[in-house]
Amino acid sequence: MAASSERSPPPFPDSEEPELLEDSDEGADAFTGTSISEMDSPSPDSTRPPKDIFNEPLEDIFSDPLSNVNSEPQKKVDTKIPSPSSDEAVDLFSDPLDDDSEVISSPEVQNPMPDLLNEPVQAPKSDLLSEPPVSSVKKAASAELFGDEDEEDLFKEPPKVVTKKPQPSGPPVDVFTEVKSDVKVKPQVKDDPTDLFAEEALTAPAPKPSASSSSSRTNGVHSDEHDLFSEATVELSLDSPRNDRKKKDAVKPSVSAPAAPVASSSSKAPSKTLEELEEEESEDTFDLNISVTNPEKVGDGMNAYMAYKVSTQTSLTMFHSKTFTVRRRFSDFLGLYEKLSEKHLQNGYIVPPPPEKSILGMTKVKVGKEDPSSAEFVERRRAALERYLQRVVSHPSLLQDPDVREFLEKEELPRAVSTQALSGAGFLKMLNKATDAVSKMTIKMNEQDVWFDEKIQDVENEEQHMRKLHVMVESLVNHRKELSGNTAVFAKSVAMLGSSEDNTALSRALSQLAEVEDRIEQLHQEQAANDFFTFSELLADYIRLLGAVKGCFDQRMKAWQRWQDAENMLQKKREVEAKLLWANKPDKLQQAKDEIAEWEAKVTQYEREFERISATVRKEVIRFDKEKARDFKRQIIKYLESLLNSQQQLIKYWEAFLPEAKAIA
Amino acid sequence: INHEHLSSVLTSLCVSPQQEGLDDGPDFLSEEDRGPRAVNVDLQTDATLQVDISDALSERDKVKFTVHTKSTLPNFKQNEFSVVRQHEEFIWLHDSFVESEEYAGYIIPPAPPRPDFDASREKLQKLGEGEGSMTKEEFTKMKQELEAEYLAIFKKTVAMHEVFLCRVAAHPVLRKDLNFHVFLEYNQDLSVRGKNKKEKLEDFFKNVVKSADGVLVAGVKDVDDFFEHEKTFLLEYHNRVKDSSAKSDRMIRSHKSAADDINRIASTLYTLGTQDSTDLCKFFLKVSELFEKTRKIEARVAADEDLKLADLLKYYLRESQAAKDLLYRRGRALVDYENANKALDKARAKNKDVLQAETTQQVCCQKFEKISESAKQELIDFKTRRVAAFRKNLVELAELELKHAKGNLQLLQSCLGVLKGDT
Repeated sequence: MAASSERSPPPFPDSEEPELLEDSDEGADAFTGTSISEMDSPSPDSTRPPKDIFNEPLEDIFSDPLSNVNSEPQKKVDTKIPSPSSDEAVDLFSDPLDDDSEVISSPEVQNPMPDLLNEPVQAPKSDLLSEPPVSSVKKAASAELFGDEDEEDLFKEPPKVVTKKPQPSGPPVDVFTEVKSDVKVKPQVKDDPTDLFAEEALTAPAPKPSASSSSSRTNGVHSDEHDLFSEATVELSLDSPRNDRKKKDAVKPSVSAPAAPVASSSSKAPSKTLEELEEEESEDTFDLNISVTNPEKVGDGMNAYMAYKVSTQTSLTMFHSKTFTVRRRFSDFLGLYEKLSEKHLQNGYIVPPPPEKSILGMTKVKVGKEDPSSAEFVERRRAALERYLQRVVSHPSLLQDPDVREFLEKEELPRAVSTQALSGAGFLKMLNKATDAVSKMTIKMNEQDVWFDEKIQDVENEEQHMRKLHVMVESLVNHRKELSGNTAVFAKSVAMLGSSEDNTALSRALSQLAEVEDRIEQLHQEQAANDFFTFSELLADYIRLLGAVKGCFDQRMKAWQRWQDAENMLQKKREVEAKLLWANKPDKLQQAKDEIAEWEAKVTQYEREFERISATVRKEVIRFDKEKARDFKRQIIKYLESLLNSQQQLIKYWEAFLPEAKAIA
Repeated sequence: INHEHLSSVLTSLCVSPQQEGLDDGPDFLSEEDRGPRAVNVDLQTDATLQVDISDALSERDKVKFTVHTKSTLPNFKQNEFSVVRQHEEFIWLHDSFVESEEYAGYIIPPAPPRPDFDASREKLQKLGEGEGSMTKEEFTKMKQELEAEYLAIFKKTVAMHEVFLCRVAAHPVLRKDLNFHVFLEYNQDLSVRGKNKKEKLEDFFKNVVKSADGVLVAGVKDVDDFFEHEKTFLLEYHNRVKDSSAKSDRMIRSHKSAADDINRIASTLYTLGTQDSTDLCKFFLKVSELFEKTRKIEARVAADEDLKLADLLKYYLRESQAAKDLLYRRGRALVDYENANKALDKARAKNKDVLQAETTQQVCCQKFEKISESAKQELIDFKTRRVAAFRKNLVELAELELKHAKGNLQLLQSCLGVLKGDT
């Protein structure tokens, strides 16, 4: 990554192709969404089918300059639209490709699939839940979306393909989008879609057992469940989209039917509020300990790099063994972040950012021998990387990402190239960021959601204050170091003074004072380290994390913009139609009507997407706040304890000195 | 808060060190300091002549000290009286002692250092410039820091001037000095002016000659073992105490900076805490409150180290210089005496101007003997004073350090108790 990008919140991968996205993004989003969901349910199996898909889509991918995985699917969609069904099929597949989610879903699906399929087909409409959907749906929805696609590929490929094929000739785009949109919409739409998702979510608990039993690889994590369900829902949506396409209302009634079966299994879940769901998440503490240790310099000169030992200890079944260790270099960590943010950022997930690249610090390590500042740099980075990984795996969705597992488990990782600060990819990223920043400025979002309105402002303020606080704590660290150094120098000086004092008792007392000051110097030094590692680094982490949160808000804003643009376009198309009617040009009228239909579908899709991302972001932010509170409390208490310890030592030292001072005569 | 008010902080601060006029800077005034401030010299107080500075007024670039005297000596018109004196008048008094041949055999109490508020002024200016860009919180904090710092310097200045007067008043010979009495009693301006450029140049030249001469004189082996020993000791001691004094200053300065940082951290945490009413915000507020308290203690640790340690060292830096000066005068007298002896021998050999040489030799001999006689006692007294002052200050330092550390510990313990109870 470019240096700048590293510092700032995670870049938005999509940024480059905003326009494209607007038109065809929906599809892409849906797919990307799937990828996210994949994370939830990544299983090894999935890889096979996707691969095929990959090959095909690759071309598209390459065509994009950015070549982000995410972007690829989006473009594909576009291209596919014109092309016949075969392409579409590819697209579908391609989506799953990114993640192995399909695989996961597949094993589990086996059981649920048939049922689900049947159910959904009949009553995709049937979500009873009609709860305030968004909150609970969030995760489920996204997961489902993804899962859907995956499933489609694996299981329903043939049927789906068929369905799509017919459409391509005429308004293929619509079909696609519709399908996708429907899926997505469900969660967002309070009535029908939500219900579907909710159902899925609800059902999720039930499927778990089956999943675990059927597929040994799947994690016990809830997300898997979601995937299963989501898959089911996807299927439903696929079937239903055509029917429901424009008649969402109609769908609603039907929804109730499927819900019923699900409800039985997951009756407890439906009533849960967002918070409760989150509680659940945090409660189901995963047994996963990651430590980053043994930084080691590999190689010499400017090609040298630091390698770290990443040890994992877990009882999660998703991993091949209980304890394993790999060696990773810094760019691997950055590469992991790149992969994760490409896949998950656009869905509104907060992807924890890794520590910044520091050319200066690293150069010192490379060139410098064993000087304390480079040792400190290495330790600082080691600790930061450890915290980074811990944050990644503590995110229930990210933990499911195959790339995370690969990072933790796989012996050799392909070298992450794009993370180099000065690489071409880095430059492109910088460029994207710039465009993104510009587009961000031009978007004037009229915020309707009070919660977001406040939260965005809060985060902005919080970041500002954290930065300020960070600067001050850094200053404290420096002053404390300075104090430590000055105390050491003073101690030496007092020792000398003591040696030249000709009163024996006073001379003795002065050399005792010198010893006390020497010890105090140690205390200050330790305290400076605590100031830094316990307090300052905590703030640095959260400044980066708040940047990531802001990135999520931006993603949401982009989704909103896409939706608004589609609305505008629809409006224009309608005006064209009106003009044609007035001008009495029936030959062009049909085309105009088709276009209107197309844009109506897009508007619906984009709106749902926006609602979906809003739900996800909201849930993510709540989760983030909770983690933040926990982190801060834990760390600050730890910090205060270190201060307390310092004071206890101080008391010891001065108490020992007092009789010496009194003995002066 | 406007600029006028701010500058008034510096210009019209009126402090009576012995009243409780220093409420603005309670951090810097530990109770221990309320008493007589002659902490660095252990003086036998004598009811016949007691001098203190009862009040001080800071104006622009000068400080006006109210010198208060209580005496039963017959040469004063009243038993108790006060006059207003400025720094320059203290210097005049000091210089008059130094220049007097009569006092060559005594350690002349070191002159108080010039009041130096430059650092505070600079800070004030920064504060004024930054006023627009600061929140009210920050501004208040900065102002507090500034005032506290200013008060500390002010108080030190007053203390140094007072110590000088007390030392003179306690000195068996100097206390009887006429100039001193005029200084204490004459209720008008002494119309001493600061030295002009020419005089300053002359002073500088004199100092160069003196230090060159000092090296010469120091090289002469003393006939008296006591003085030879004192000479070696003071030479080394002076250099070391100078070093320690500079290093303690640096140590304390970084301690103060750290305390200031904690202060700012506290106020930023406060702002963070008032953003919201979440659990975490309440947590921040509690921590902010804690830091607000601990930073006060930290600032006091630094201030007390300054008073008990740095000032002690600084005082003995100047006092050891005064003792060195005494040894120099004696050394000079010795050299003069030896030269006079040689001249007398020569004169006798040539049988020319013998009487004059005899007279000179006698004068030099007397001078040397007079200096030696009082110098020995003065140096012994110096040592006694030094040991007593170090004892007193180091004991107090240790006690204050303990007190502050215990205060901090208690704050941290109770805060941690509350925080852990909450989480």
